[in-house]
Amino acid sequence: MIDPKILADHNITVKEYERIIRLIGREPNLTELGIFSLMWSEHCSYKSSKVHLRKLPTKAENVIQGPGENAGVIDIGDGLAVVFKIESHNHPSFIEPFQGAATGVGGILRDIFTMGARPIAILDSLRFGPLDKSTNRAITEGVVAGIASYGNSVGVPTVGGEVHFQERYSKNPLVNVLCLGVAHKNKIFLAKAEGAGNPVLYVGSKTGRDGIHGATMASAEFGEETEQKRPNVQVGDPFKEKLLLEACLEVMDKNLITGIQDMGAAGLTCSTSEMAARSGTGIAIDLDLVPQREEGMTPCEIMLSESQERMLIVAEKENVAEVQRIFAKWDLDAVKIGEVTKGGKLQVTSRGDVVVDLPVEAIVNLCPSYRRPARKPATLKSLQALKLPPLPLDLDKVFLQILSSPAVADKEWVYRQYDHMVQINTALLPGADAAVLRIKGKKKGLAVVVDGNSLYTYLDPRTGGKIAVAEACRNLACVGARPVGVTNCLNFGNPEKADVMWQFKEVIEGMAEACRVFSIPVTGGNVSFYNDTKGVSVYPTPVLGVIGLVEDISQMVSPGFKSEGDIVVLIGETKEELGGSEYLRSVFNLERGKPPAIDLEKEKRVHEMCLEAISRGLIRSAHDISEGGLAVCAAESCFLSPAKIGCILDLESSLRADALLFGETQSRIIVSLPSSILASFLALAKENGVEAAPIGTCGGRRFIIRYAGRKVINLPVEACWRMWKEAIPRLFSLP
Amino acid sequence: MKFGVVVFPGSNCDRDTLFILQNVLRQEATFLWHKDHDLGRVDCVILPGGFSYGDYLRSGAIAKFSPLIEEVREFAERGGLVLGICNGFQILLEIGLLPGAMLRNKNLKFLCQHVHVRVENARTAFTHRARPGQLLRIPIAHFDGNYYAPAEALSKLEASNQVVLRYVDENGEATEPANVNGSAANIAGLINPEGNVLGMMPHPERASEAILGSQDGRLIFESTILWR
Repeated sequence: MIDPKILADHNITVKEYERIIRLIGREPNLTELGIFSLMWSEHCSYKSSKVHLRKLPTKAENVIQGPGENAGVIDIGDGLAVVFKIESHNHPSFIEPFQGAATGVGGILRDIFTMGARPIAILDSLRFGPLDKSTNRAITEGVVAGIASYGNSVGVPTVGGEVHFQERYSKNPLVNVLCLGVAHKNKIFLAKAEGAGNPVLYVGSKTGRDGIHGATMASAEFGEETEQKRPNVQVGDPFKEKLLLEACLEVMDKNLITGIQDMGAAGLTCSTSEMAARSGTGIAIDLDLVPQREEGMTPCEIMLSESQERMLIVAEKENVAEVQRIFAKWDLDAVKIGEVTKGGKLQVTSRGDVVVDLPVEAIVNLCPSYRRPARKPATLKSLQALKLPPLPLDLDKVFLQILSSPAVADKEWVYRQYDHMVQINTALLPGADAAVLRIKGKKKGLAVVVDGNSLYTYLDPRTGGKIAVAEACRNLACVGARPVGVTNCLNFGNPEKADVMWQFKEVIEGMAEACRVFSIPVTGGNVSFYNDTKGVSVYPTPVLGVIGLVEDISQMVSPGFKSEGDIVVLIGETKEELGGSEYLRSVFNLERGKPPAIDLEKEKRVHEMCLEAISRGLIRSAHDISEGGLAVCAAESCFLSPAKIGCILDLESSLRADALLFGETQSRIIVSLPSSILASFLALAKENGVEAAPIGTCGGRRFIIRYAGRKVINLPVEACWRMWKEAIPRLFSLP
Repeated sequence: MKFGVVVFPGSNCDRDTLFILQNVLRQEATFLWHKDHDLGRVDCVILPGGFSYGDYLRSGAIAKFSPLIEEVREFAERGGLVLGICNGFQILLEIGLLPGAMLRNKNLKFLCQHVHVRVENARTAFTHRARPGQLLRIPIAHFDGNYYAPAEALSKLEASNQVVLRYVDENGEATEPANVNGSAANIAGLINPEGNVLGMMPHPERASEAILGSQDGRLIFESTILWR
């Protein structure tokens, strides 16, 4: 009998249970309850987030596939489409960093190639606790090595990303992985189970007991016992994934299948019921036919296993033999385990007994949707109050301190472990504002970026949500790309807490507004709630993945200064905005104040103007001003120049020196250009209603900033570069 | 010159290499499948980069037993040109066409970056288009590229000019910091005494187009194309 304890073990409330009984007209058996437990989990059902996610704009002319499939699809012209999605693997990565992160990569790769696209790039957004603690270093090392091991082996380059460090992530790191692929736009495959009588094929690895209840684990807070959940984390096999990728693309290329879905979270349960639900059909399978790696697995275990590198395929009868031949060529199983049925039921038999007989609609679409209470946190007001510390006397010292803060410092330690060049498309290497990939044989290229500043969203969720979108699009503008689509990964605490729900709602509304202003559709994403450990939530962390189109890749721009004598121009104006800055955080250990304000219309004008300047070939470098402000941005342009050239900047302003140098006012870009171009560039800025002013010259071997005639920063570029370059490796050499 | 690029399960630079040969260098080139017993009529066999058979054991250790490798071995023994890149180099060491072995990189991490290598022997089939001592900027991407051979084997390799490429800094000096993976004598590429089998860790196919930031890798392919 099913009692309250069993329900609690399955994370199902009494009310939800009553709803299940109503929907199916009887009590479910334990296997069926396990199915509801997974499919109605927060992770699979989005029951707390749905009401808010609807606010995101999802429609546009270029959208081929919006939310609801394995990945989003955007038309990029020339008969091609970009297929992309971001997903989190936070909980497993804390419990077992290497495998947790590795299988995160595996899962998102499958989401892309199930749609018929060859994955061409991975980016990741990572959050860890501070690196001065050895446990945080161990998690960081494990996660980075895990991503590397999987991506490198499969042969998909990891071309960019971001890493940040904050105490709140010590016991709850965030691992968000974005993958994008390219497909022919009229050869996109969907996760459908059409045509009653069509065989259902199981392909890929055999099923074991690994990862059972992974989705349920991702839908609860971490407590004392979480570290005991190690066996719940799956082990990845990138070699098998590579074979699966090639075999799947080959059967799709030959048009041999009608539908396909990855077995990710909730495994066989999710793939069978979702495919049927999308097509208004049913699926009947026989578990005795499922390839198994262990003996004595119960029907429930087989249905809920999250063994990796598996897919479910629906094909027409006459094509089955050819599908099997191709999978055999790649040394993979492709076994018929059932067929598509009429009547909308998921029917599962085992040793002759019917063990599951449920309407797929109830499993997939009739989960309750919650409008959970949302309340502005009481502490927010005091958090936003900021009394600025006195202006430091030695700004050279402060500047070096910011350069060596892990948030700002060079991330080569991370990306050197990733093969970021395989597939030979990487035109702009990691470290730039965005990664740029060429499309072989085409003039155009793709730019991609992942971005999110969780301190901003913590201090002001709505503004933070807008800035996340704005900054990602600004990064794209800096390389010469126009945004065409967005995916997002929303990492929050427990949605049953009103504070968290308020943060979530505010962030979404901020993002939605920004996406509308920039006219970019959201094609999907992922919500990860319950990022809490012992009652403390992570900062609200939206991560935006934005895809941009570079019309002519030969015009692509990179962030490094190019030659001595070029003029440095600041686009945008600087205000006294130090709240939530990296400066206050790394120098004064202050995480407070209001984050910088953002005017989205103005931001858009800045992007348009930057894109226009690039297409006219006016500028030689462009770099977005973000963490660390103007000083760090200019310094990075020196570090990323081919010969590490210096610059002399002359600033005039009525602001405090620290606000001018390190403040993070939005909608600003530093560009460089030959002096002969300056006049036409300034005219273009004026035409677009954008402030722009020359602030200095590239050249020499020193990094100098004069403020009101006095040198407030005056250092050799080499010394600055060393601080920036060696900060993270130095932390990893701590005992 | 007709090239054959071997595809093992887990190879992942096979398509890149074929693309450069066909679309950039306009050569006749074809894939060779690991389960086959026939090389067709190719003049040069390329063992590309990747993780053959997953490389869960030791890089290249399983590829050694693939059916096609027997053909490659015979082809090499008859004097056919064989170029092993990265995993291909590791496989050549495993099957004994070249001496020595690969250890994990000295920092015990995967390394993907541009490096400089110096052409130590510019009279081989794979390097004759280069000037002696010419520096090439080509990327590496490997976990096991720390070349090892016993001292006497190393002196034999040096004496017979079998060291073809060496890791150097941007000034051409074979320094310790330039030797990122810790290889014995900074060795990045080796040839057999007969001069028809080259193994190299850097990826020339990743440095054969301007858009990728370097075209130095073309020298390797162009030398091969123009050999006799």
